[in-house]
Amino acid sequence: MADEVVVLSAWPSMIGMRVKIALAEKGVKYEYKEEDLANKSPLLLKMNPVHKKIPVLIHNGKPVCESLIIVQYIDEVWKEKNPLLPSDPYERAQARFWADYVDKKIYDAGRKVWSTKGEEQEVAKKEFIDCLKVLEGALGDKPYFGGEKFGFVDVSLIPFYSWFYAYETSGNFSIEAECPKFVAWANRCMERESVSKSLPDPHRVYDFVSRQKKKLGIE
Amino acid sequence: MAEEVKLLGFGGSPFSCRVEIALKLKGIQYEMIPQELANKSPLLLEHNPVHKKIPVLLHHGKPICESVVILEYVEETWKGVPLLPEDPYERAMARFWAKFIDEKCLSTVWKACFSKGEEQEKGMEEVLGLLKTLESQLEGKKFFGGDNIGFLDIVADFAALWLGVLLEVAGVDLLNDSKLPLLCKWIEEFNNCPVVKETLPPRDMLLKFFKMQQAATGPQYK
Repeated sequence: MADEVVVLSAWPSMIGMRVKIALAEKGVKYEYKEEDLANKSPLLLKMNPVHKKIPVLIHNGKPVCESLIIVQYIDEVWKEKNPLLPSDPYERAQARFWADYVDKKIYDAGRKVWSTKGEEQEVAKKEFIDCLKVLEGALGDKPYFGGEKFGFVDVSLIPFYSWFYAYETSGNFSIEAECPKFVAWANRCMERESVSKSLPDPHRVYDFVSRQKKKLGIE
Repeated sequence: MAEEVKLLGFGGSPFSCRVEIALKLKGIQYEMIPQELANKSPLLLEHNPVHKKIPVLLHHGKPICESVVILEYVEETWKGVPLLPEDPYERAMARFWAKFIDEKCLSTVWKACFSKGEEQEKGMEEVLGLLKTLESQLEGKKFFGGDNIGFLDIVADFAALWLGVLLEVAGVDLLNDSKLPLLCKWIEEFNNCPVVKETLPPRDMLLKFFKMQQAATGPQYK
């Protein structure tokens, strides 16, 4: 029986991009449904009644919610190709720890960079760079967070790269100047088709952020 | 070769207790190295430089941090009593509800218990809604994990003890059979498990501690 895989997401969502990358790594065909977050579809509300959020993976009619949980699910179901989590339990724990760090820190830190001004924005920029430096420390000299192979932490983090142009332009700073190792890692990931095809054009993201800023009255 | 398993933990923390319950279920001997929360030890700062928090599991000297990450590590490292279901979909569900507890329930309960007046009323309404949603997962089951306690029951340990204590300190009667019948039944069953009884701190000690906390934050809410 062929698998029926549907993804509900919104194109600017870095969290949603994680799911697309994971499915692409596994070579899984799926139907993508774009959600208008201002006008959530009955399907989304039915499939994620608890949080009403994207992304949602619907596999043979059954929903899985929360991006990192979805990525782990994808890794466990389609386990033969391109494993995303390492096989050693300690390495897996490290991968889960760092993906959790990304979840706890990067989204909010990045959001503060584009949605604030003046002194508040300067604080936000510093916090954001500090977080990237911690991640650079975790990466060390390895090509990817998991070592030689692109994996779970890389999947959880690389989508934020599509928002860097928007952060940099909003904050008038260069992330590459502060964190060259991080950007080098990001460019390495972008060479993978699963990543380059799943991330939107940074200029398109910037236009989206500009519209959001207008809506929020930030300029 | 003997396993070298140490836990940097704190008996009064639900997060630390999660790890102890899991290790005991697996029959793993470990050394508890109690930590002072206000005065972080060099050992804690060395092994969890990122968050500087307990619990930290040290296995052959290598640290694992974040209670849920530790639970998954314990599950994968030591076979025996399974904590997570085998089926990937069921595992995803357990992980989803664990995240729901950690990201929604805990902070909402905490905020509601330490607020006052109208803010507390609204907060408690939200708490009731969240707990009703959580208890729906117990429908037809003795534990979240089925017939035996599992990953999600362990993550829900907060509800088995700390929740009731915080509500008592706040003077709110929410945790009763008419409002949350399934959760109340689960609390009884969970607390009857020998491993849980051995691990959770004494209720009166927690009550005293949180009453002091509330007294300390009281003046801010004039």
